[in-house]
Amino acid sequence: MNEIVPAHNIGGYVPMVDGPEKVSGRAKYTADLVLPAMLAGRIFRSPYSHAEILDVDVSEAAKLPGVKAVVTGADCDKTFGVLPVARTEHVLARERVRYRGEPLAAVAAIDDATAKEALRRIKITVRELPAYHSVQQAMAPDAIAIHQHRPHNLERDVLFELGDVEAAFAGADLVREGVYNCAEVCQNQMEMHAAIADYDAVRDRMTVHASTQVPYYVHLMLAQILDMDMSKIRVIKPHVGGGFGCRTEALNVELIAALLARKAGGCVRLVVNREETFITHRGRPETDIRLKIGVRQDGRITGVECECIQRGGAHSGYGIVTILYAGSMLYAIYDLDNVKYIGKRVLTNTPPCGAFRGHGTVDVRFAFESLLDEMAGALKLDPFAVRRANLLHAPTFTQNDLMVNSYGLPECLDWVERASGWSARKGKLPRGKGLGMACSHYISGASKPVNWTGEPHATVKLKLDFDGSIVLLTGAAEIGQGSSTVLVQSVAEVLGLDLSRIRIVSGDSEVVPKDNGSYSSRVTFMVGNAAIDAAQNLKSLLVAAAARKLDAKPGEIECLGELYRAGAQDKGLTFEEVVTEALKDTGTITVTGNYSTIPQSHGGKKYRGAAIGGTMGYSYSAQVVEVSVDEDTGVVTIDKVWVAHDCGKALNRLTVEGQVQGSVWMGMGQAMSEEAAYHEGLMLTANMLDYRVPTIADSPPIEVGIVESIDPHGPFGAKEAGEGSLAAFLPALTNAIADATGLRFNNLPVTPDRVFAALEKRARDGTTNGR
Amino acid sequence: MARILQFTLNGRARTDAVADNVLLLDYLREIVGLTGTKTGCDGGECGACTVLVDDKPRLSCLTLAASIEGQRVDTIESLAQGGQLSAVQRGFHEKLGSQCGYCTPGYIMASAGLLRRNVNPTDVEIREALGSNICRCTGYVKIIEAVKHAAALCALGLTP
Repeated sequence: MNEIVPAHNIGGYVPMVDGPEKVSGRAKYTADLVLPAMLAGRIFRSPYSHAEILDVDVSEAAKLPGVKAVVTGADCDKTFGVLPVARTEHVLARERVRYRGEPLAAVAAIDDATAKEALRRIKITVRELPAYHSVQQAMAPDAIAIHQHRPHNLERDVLFELGDVEAAFAGADLVREGVYNCAEVCQNQMEMHAAIADYDAVRDRMTVHASTQVPYYVHLMLAQILDMDMSKIRVIKPHVGGGFGCRTEALNVELIAALLARKAGGCVRLVVNREETFITHRGRPETDIRLKIGVRQDGRITGVECECIQRGGAHSGYGIVTILYAGSMLYAIYDLDNVKYIGKRVLTNTPPCGAFRGHGTVDVRFAFESLLDEMAGALKLDPFAVRRANLLHAPTFTQNDLMVNSYGLPECLDWVERASGWSARKGKLPRGKGLGMACSHYISGASKPVNWTGEPHATVKLKLDFDGSIVLLTGAAEIGQGSSTVLVQSVAEVLGLDLSRIRIVSGDSEVVPKDNGSYSSRVTFMVGNAAIDAAQNLKSLLVAAAARKLDAKPGEIECLGELYRAGAQDKGLTFEEVVTEALKDTGTITVTGNYSTIPQSHGGKKYRGAAIGGTMGYSYSAQVVEVSVDEDTGVVTIDKVWVAHDCGKALNRLTVEGQVQGSVWMGMGQAMSEEAAYHEGLMLTANMLDYRVPTIADSPPIEVGIVESIDPHGPFGAKEAGEGSLAAFLPALTNAIADATGLRFNNLPVTPDRVFAALEKRARDGTTNGR
Repeated sequence: MARILQFTLNGRARTDAVADNVLLLDYLREIVGLTGTKTGCDGGECGACTVLVDDKPRLSCLTLAASIEGQRVDTIESLAQGGQLSAVQRGFHEKLGSQCGYCTPGYIMASAGLLRRNVNPTDVEIREALGSNICRCTGYVKIIEAVKHAAALCALGLTP
């Protein structure tokens, strides 16, 4: 007789539970849905960067046969925004337009051609205002305020000094300052923004399908914008074609669709094109950094001073949080005692920035790891040795009160050093080739959500019925990152069942419990823990039922997944028999699992905004990049990347590898070719040819080492895997180019023309500054 | 103007009246209702709409429906046979060549086109064949592994 063992579902290579739909074309994304009598929506956008609106004349558009609704700013005086302290954006501009492409009006018509024709009939009258497309322009003394409540166009300034930075620099053997600039970049996820809003005028109910990472936030903002009771709204998240952060707040697309649907008394499909998706934006802001570090001869960092200025765009979005992350996340990777941070988030007349993968941390990490590498060179220290001289010792709290319980960075360093053959090869490669390394980290979800309600941080429900299948109900938004798979795995693991027993329903507010959504890498940690809790609660009920049936005590019941028995001699009960017994009392069983973060993880109070950066667990990453630089053309080729990522415990090695490779590669795009460029506020790169995403031909092999530090609070010890490895690529690349050429590039992206110009300049006058 | 279009779609003969200016992509998605083929850009930038026309990969967003008269068009919906995934579909599923899945139909059709003419492609040939598609999730590493896995499955007798 075969030994009966529970199924094990974590730690292996598990294809995604929704993979078959995706590879067969059956997965439905928002734009694929067909609802009865759907109208076509279109948005009329501002051709001005900054102007006072005198008149929006939609009378001719409204008269066009086939037009069912036209909405303008006059239809909605409510404002929206993801942060409760900064809800200042109008769905359709009122009084002023603040960036080129901002929605001014929208139409719903019987077909797309009619909707387009209606847009041509809209006339606007404005008085143009001075427009500020750069931080320098917006902060000029005579600049007018883009938002009246934000004088000098300063959305938020942050200043903190912990320790004594001047004394720390005085005690250093080397103090060096660097100036860095990172271009604005866009998520450019493959699915363009889409929403279908269906208004039931008889019952005054609104159903919205939206391509979002945060169905709950969309729900909140729909209620606010429509001035409807939340109970009258239903939000459905179909399959979503990527997000990378641009969908972590309600976007004007879904809100406009809802306004149109209500006005038309019907159903409106609003699918914006690629150019509009770029302009809707919410990408990573252009960032200027001045960084000063003091280092002793033994490699120990004595002090850090960082000034960071972000061009935030025309609306607040997540901006206040972004500029705070840039400062707080200087910590929690190395042991720092003296840090001064000056952050400025500036409003400009460009599309609003948001939370891009690695939110707030990436550009500062680029500067930090670049300068540290440069200083290691000056002190004739190995870059690995400098990192090792500054490691944290977990468990610990950082100087700014961030809780670090697990810390696999030392093992990450060891892995990439060994895998890349660093010791044997560094400094010995042929001309034009180089090796560079760097580290980065990220949070596993913000411990305090931006909309703090006091509820558990995450809730999962499991439904078990007569058929013996378990339905996992979650609001966690599967956007391609594998959240559904990891939750199914977690439940199956606790119950010892095969994955096939479990079905998952996610992202329909009518059915699933509320969830804050997929952002800041929170799902595996927060929702994973809630799923484990729910599964344990279900298991308790099943064990109790088995005990009753077997006339045993619950403590005597052994759960083997498909078999429950009282001791090894008992032939026991099948899973179906246990379910039948368990249903006798209550009928269909529904259990809830919750997870709440612990107060110690909520960040500090030493400066205003110090809670930002607080998390239950940090992931860590180390990378080595090998490059070849063609000195005749300036073309940089990435030959290979080695990356080690501490994700606590790899619940699914396949998806961890996929997330880490995707992060590294997205960092590569930012470092080498991607840039949102503007002319007088008009985005010049709002298509996938001019916005240069690396193709398969440009992209290197990326070898992943998984480091498992087993976080004491993580689900089975896990932490995040989808963001922490992005940032390290940027400095690892420029450090490798410096190794290959002796040229330092402090401005991103490092395009061939920049490399070529620096090589030419050096040939001309012998400088080594790549800027 | 409209015309009567006759061609073969996923192995079945079709006759439809189509306007002269309708793109093959919009015809497939809006008229036939085959939404597996995706719109990812404003024209010719991303490869998400790739279909096979007479076994060769073609961007359906740059193809007029009227121009495929008499030809054979295969979309992502045609690959699974008897409910079983094809070699390329299995490759992308099992090796995680697909994350968000939005670019996936385009990649799978381009890869199927490659394997129909070359059952044992090298890495360089795979990169060339998929060079006009963009994926934003994977970093391409697992897409290459997916195609190689598919080629291995083809060697065992599966169809691409």
